[in-house]
Amino acid sequence: MNDPILEMRGVSKSFFGIKALRGVDLTVYAGEVHALMGENGAGKSTLMKILSGAYRPDPGGEIRIEGHPVRIEGPLGGRNAGISIIYQELSLAPNLSVAENIYLGREISRSGMLARGEMREGVGPILKRLGADFLPSTLVAHLSMGQRQLVEIARALHARSKILIMDEPTTALSAGESARLFALIRQLRSEGLAIIYISHRMDEVYALGDRVTVLRDGRLVGSLDKAEIRADTIVRMMVGRDVSSFYKKDHDPEAGRGHPVLAAIDMADGQRVRGCSLTVHAGEVVGLAGLIGAGRTELAHLIIGALPKTSGRLELEGRPVEIRTPGEALEAGIAYLTEDRKALGLFLDMSCLDNINLAVLARDAKLGWFLDRDKARERADRAFAGLSIRAANVGVPAGGLSGGNQQKLLLSRLLAIAPKVLILDEPTRGVDVGAKSEIYSIIDNLAKAGTAILVISSDLPEIIGICDRVVVMRTGHIAGEVMRGPNSPLTQEDIMALATGMEHLDA
Amino acid sequence: MPDNGASQAQPAAATATNGAAAETKRQRVRMLISALGMLPVLLILCVGFHFLSEGRFFTGQNLGIVLQQAAVNTVLAAGMTFVILTGGIDLSVGSILAASAMAGLTLSKLPELGMLWLPASLLTGLGFGIVNGALIALLRLPPFIVTLGSLTAVRGLARLLGADTTVFNPSIPYAFIGNGSLTLIPGVASIPWLSVIALLVILVSWLVLRRTVLGVHIYAVGGNESAARLAGIKVWAVLIFVYGVSGLFAGLGGAMQAARLYAANGLQLGQSYELDAITAVILGGTSFVGGIGSIWGTLVGALIIAVLSNGLILVGVSDIWQYVIKGLVIIGAVALDRYRLQGSART
Repeated sequence: MNDPILEMRGVSKSFFGIKALRGVDLTVYAGEVHALMGENGAGKSTLMKILSGAYRPDPGGEIRIEGHPVRIEGPLGGRNAGISIIYQELSLAPNLSVAENIYLGREISRSGMLARGEMREGVGPILKRLGADFLPSTLVAHLSMGQRQLVEIARALHARSKILIMDEPTTALSAGESARLFALIRQLRSEGLAIIYISHRMDEVYALGDRVTVLRDGRLVGSLDKAEIRADTIVRMMVGRDVSSFYKKDHDPEAGRGHPVLAAIDMADGQRVRGCSLTVHAGEVVGLAGLIGAGRTELAHLIIGALPKTSGRLELEGRPVEIRTPGEALEAGIAYLTEDRKALGLFLDMSCLDNINLAVLARDAKLGWFLDRDKARERADRAFAGLSIRAANVGVPAGGLSGGNQQKLLLSRLLAIAPKVLILDEPTRGVDVGAKSEIYSIIDNLAKAGTAILVISSDLPEIIGICDRVVVMRTGHIAGEVMRGPNSPLTQEDIMALATGMEHLDA
Repeated sequence: MPDNGASQAQPAAATATNGAAAETKRQRVRMLISALGMLPVLLILCVGFHFLSEGRFFTGQNLGIVLQQAAVNTVLAAGMTFVILTGGIDLSVGSILAASAMAGLTLSKLPELGMLWLPASLLTGLGFGIVNGALIALLRLPPFIVTLGSLTAVRGLARLLGADTTVFNPSIPYAFIGNGSLTLIPGVASIPWLSVIALLVILVSWLVLRRTVLGVHIYAVGGNESAARLAGIKVWAVLIFVYGVSGLFAGLGGAMQAARLYAANGLQLGQSYELDAITAVILGGTSFVGGIGSIWGTLVGALIIAVLSNGLILVGVSDIWQYVIKGLVIIGAVALDRYRLQGSART
């Protein structure tokens, strides 16, 4: 084989002392599709952001492009070095035309006037080469997701990039669009481009990958050549790690499993969730696993009425309930912990006390309107003690707390309503290890007290460590369920197989 | 052994408590500074004008004038505070004030219904406010656009109400609220009724914002609307309420003007009052994106505007230069505020 076009040696990156990448090597050749795989949080995005110039790597590592050491800095660093990234969320301006998007930041002007015609002519040959069925003057807003991706690729080619990074490019595409994209990727490969392809989907890696590199916990696990690519090998490389005693699960599902509390039947939103049913019993912790984009959060939002549903119904303790808003869900006793606590959960400028009491203010109020400040104070003090929330006092703004304490704060708001059903979406994301194990014990104690708990998590060891049963979603459907038997523990391999759809491929 | 362990643990716990106490103290100081807000600026302006005007500022008569001049803007700014706390804006308060004053004065001339002019003014304001709120909350239209529209449309309605003339009623009932004073100590101290009303409005606003469930919900909607919706707050109801309050207070402002002037003109009354109200709220330290602010800050902001107008006249600055100086003081005061609150930087 010829010389590598991209070589990364010993690249590390830490954020506030936490290592996101530890001495990772990556070698990519021109004219190959190099698949990059790993669980959520394995370090794939960090690696790609270093290549794009969004992150600066820790000193010590080395990046070479065509044999020359390079420093990639600033948002244009990647592009100047010949690297273009096509992100999951496309970065086009929908209000501008195709040509204007491709020339964005490098517009042609003639004596200060924008040379629109010249720009349109400039992108013509590239669009033709990509087989685009739209004009340079078309507004991006009028294009489909697949066509927009084509514009992104055209932008990369126009910038004369030699390395193209695609991050889960098919998540938003239809089957037909995906097939066309694969054909295009093969064409670009034969034209000599190097393509780094990030995907969770085993079938895509089989179809396209010339080589596969697997990352886990920020470390390089290994690279496989085309002949060695096998689903079970890759899964073992992706998940191979011990489930430590760090997870706490004392509640006994066999002895304690009570009556069904929440039954969601045939829930759908017409887009991301396409007919999902699941049941959670009293005193049971059910995991909801799946890859990012499988529709888990959307399913939770449908259950609590935060998204309009196109079909489906809910039963609570055997009785049908109609839930149209998150407020009605709370009244019915269904509490939801959001995965995005800063954007959708907490009020960062408001005090811890207000944040804790928000859901029960009206219930506690005197004369129906006036705040019961003593009761609120008492509740906040109890929550601080019970969940060991660490802050100077209950009056400080929530924004000043650490991630773990913010999460416990949000959790205590939900617990204030004494929910029958608790849906936890990524309950330990961005939380330090100490707070994590505290959150696991809180979940365990709630299950012991008979709460029905549904845990959405992308952290497989966590799901296996704390759940009695795991429901797995894939592309909007329930792909299957993994039970914990007396002699058969839950395994990451079984869950990943369902989540990626590999159970068919290896069978 | 257990005793030993406890005695070892104690000093550590004591240090932790000390640290927490010091942290609490720092936070208190910080809160005090942010609570005082623009108050020092107000006091400096007062003292400055007192010297520049050779002692004519701090007289009982002049302070009465300042309070009276600040009254209507204080009431409008109180309503505006509710709206801006949710991250919105109400540009229509000046027009609503005019329409409410016109409606009140027109009704006051009817012999049988004359006494009802005051509630009629209030209801007119409330009605326009609720329409604003419903358009914003239910149709999800941007507040700036909706209230910009009603700024124009309601101005037109105000002119329509008086057939585009000045409505005049020298014997309007309750005229005392516009020109009378509440005697505190007979012959020594009295306070204009307009100022009493403004203070009551501030007190009621404080009560609602800080002591009711609704108040917390208003701050929550302004702080994080998506989170508020997920937390089960009826965001639409909160929005209709705040625009309703803004309209109601504009209606009250209209009644105050009508009682003070015995007359109203749909074209001229309340022109650009919305700008003074917004200025008072911003001077008071309320965040333009919502969620942060206090009604006391708004009171201080309204007083700063009144003191500036009054002081510049006392000092003898020409009308033209008053505009320039007022504008610069507003920008300077907010710049000072930003500098003071660096770190918690939110506009």
